[in-house]
Amino acid sequence: MLKILKQKAVSAPLLRAVVLSSRNYSVSAKQMNVREALNSALDEEMSADHKVFLMGEEVGEYQGAYKVTKGLLQKYGPERVVDTPITEAGFTGIGVGAAYYGLRPVVEFMTFNFAMQAIDHIINSAAKTNYMSSGNISVPIVFRGPNGAAAGVGAQHSQCYAAWYGAIPGLKVLAPYSSEDARGLLKAAIRDPDPVVFLENELLYGEYFPVSEEVLDAGFSIPIGKAKIEKEGKDVSIVAFSKMVGFSLKAAEILAKDGIDAEVINLRSIRPLDRSTINASVRRTNRLVTVEEGFPQHGVGAEICASIVEDSFGYLDAPVERIAGADVPMPYAANLERLALPQVEDIVRAAKRACYRSVPMSAAA
Amino acid sequence: MAQIIHRSTNLLKPVSVAVSATRHLTTASTTPITVETSLPFTGHNIEPPSRSVETTPQELLSFFRDMVLMRRMEIAADSLYKAKLIRGFCHLYDGQEAVAVGMEAAITKKDCIITAYRDHCIFLGRGGTLMDAFAELMGRKDGCSKGKGGSMHFYKKESGFYGGHGIVGAQVPLGIGLAFAQKYCKDENVTFSMYGDGAANQGQLFEALNMAALWDLPAILVCENNHYGMGTAEWRAAKSPSYYKRGDYVPGLKVDGMDAFAVKQACKFAKEHALKNGPIILEMDTYRYHGHSMSDPGSTYRTRDEISGVRQERDPIERIRKLILSHDLATEKELKDTEKEMRKEVDDVIAKAKESPLPDSSELFTNVYVKGFGVEAFGADRKELRAVLP
Repeated sequence: MLKILKQKAVSAPLLRAVVLSSRNYSVSAKQMNVREALNSALDEEMSADHKVFLMGEEVGEYQGAYKVTKGLLQKYGPERVVDTPITEAGFTGIGVGAAYYGLRPVVEFMTFNFAMQAIDHIINSAAKTNYMSSGNISVPIVFRGPNGAAAGVGAQHSQCYAAWYGAIPGLKVLAPYSSEDARGLLKAAIRDPDPVVFLENELLYGEYFPVSEEVLDAGFSIPIGKAKIEKEGKDVSIVAFSKMVGFSLKAAEILAKDGIDAEVINLRSIRPLDRSTINASVRRTNRLVTVEEGFPQHGVGAEICASIVEDSFGYLDAPVERIAGADVPMPYAANLERLALPQVEDIVRAAKRACYRSVPMSAAA
Repeated sequence: MAQIIHRSTNLLKPVSVAVSATRHLTTASTTPITVETSLPFTGHNIEPPSRSVETTPQELLSFFRDMVLMRRMEIAADSLYKAKLIRGFCHLYDGQEAVAVGMEAAITKKDCIITAYRDHCIFLGRGGTLMDAFAELMGRKDGCSKGKGGSMHFYKKESGFYGGHGIVGAQVPLGIGLAFAQKYCKDENVTFSMYGDGAANQGQLFEALNMAALWDLPAILVCENNHYGMGTAEWRAAKSPSYYKRGDYVPGLKVDGMDAFAVKQACKFAKEHALKNGPIILEMDTYRYHGHSMSDPGSTYRTRDEISGVRQERDPIERIRKLILSHDLATEKELKDTEKEMRKEVDDVIAKAKESPLPDSSELFTNVYVKGFGVEAFGADRKELRAVLP
């Protein structure tokens, strides 16, 4: 935790200076886990705007399948925290219709795997409507829930949908990493007038991060479409989102011991993609590694690579390296699952390849 | 009585601009008349309403004008499509006008309507203008969606019209969502979610209907049963084509959809029911003269005799004409003159709509988001065409 604090100090000295001078600020900031961050964000936004309501399976009486909506039914009542039957196509359509009318629904999918049953409503009923109606009908809705792999849940419960939703004009797609991200981005998403797909990660829910007074303020939000440089560096840019940001930061520590100063960028926003931050970083480091949990083909890393090749080709000193989930449905056995997902050593190896520090494996004949 | 006048004049205003020759048709009296629906209603788990419907000469005449205008609009769209001025898909509503007109007579603009892609006449009924419609069909900037939607994507939120949807069945959960919002806001209004006999088998319809019943939403499901889901007759698609019964525990009503007064009575009844007791299904027994769309001749899966038979026996406009004549509210000549007037109005608007320009190229990138944050969007060649979304 302290290490992360140090890194935050390096990357945002201005912010810390302001905070230190204006408040009595102790070095050990308050700790909050991602679950609490999401819960508090939902609570504050529901309190601020009566049009905001929650719907989804087990969001109410069960207190949330992952306890993200804990306490909200008790506080706001069953009209505003709506338990739905297990009918994603139906309740997602109902949520979008309510958004057409002017309410601000937050629809929870127990995982985004189940959202495939409702994907027609996310894309055709929500994302495209403002355009097709030339602005007559806007859709201020948030679709949120865990995305990507959990632990040992198998092929049908482990897919990452960032690349699929990230392709759709009309959608905004967010992927928080830390508690600060979770609070700020969820608040921004709920206040946003457009449909937002909010990709959380189940394994991050219990992880603690430091949060400043500013983050805890009810008015706090993070701008949509802006990536965050979690750690500055000069040798190689590592771009990741969600859980992979944590892995990338660990990889950066290992690389530092080998004299490679990696820059770690937390995308925060899949769509809009912060091309300018990524390009500016690669123009400084000249090397790029993209990291994602999802399937590699047509993935987020592929888009980032294309963007760099188009806009900063002359600055590249090495081919772009992509680390992604394996090209297989997620297996159950623990060793196979480990092989199917990016690990810290994969990121380290790719960064070293980008820096020509080790002989790359030749492609299979 | 005052309520009926208000609704009728609201309906008359946007639909007809030049009302000169037959002015007396619009200032007709509001003395009540009672008409009988063609058939009794059939109820499922509910006591059906009476066959006697209250109306006025003014309403009868406005029904005639509105349906003639709708009919004329659809026929003109047929010609425009064949002249290649309308592109893509074009699903015409002629034959089904009584549903649009009867429904409007029973509700206000604060009630919501949502339908699928056979939406031109519903749009007109909700207060859309002919210019809005024809310009949109031809993809011009003066269209209701500025040319960016097309035939299947007419909208008019300010009059409670929520589209205009291309995915069969999707509009039903959306409509139930509108009803959810109406209840949430305590608006005391209802939503009519319209769908066809083809969409009636969609799973999401039953998912959403379950929630509507569970939460007592003011939702009215209206199945416009024109007996063919594209080329598939109802008996080939549904084990039980009694769509008004498909709600099981949700009550239903079977209605002669070619009789505007039956439709009006059913919708009035349904609105009262939905506000107190939650969802209800209305099955409108109706018919479309055209095929599924302009690419479908409509005669490979049904006989020409069937089509002409319905036109002869059940045409909704003819039914109103007979009522008007039998009640001595206008002469045959006056009605024919009205039809000529409507035809001219449509032709005039089409001429004007043809003058409307195509949208500016910059419109390619507008309305992707309400709030674009200055992000970049790309054309086919991203080095050639890009824009900043405001």
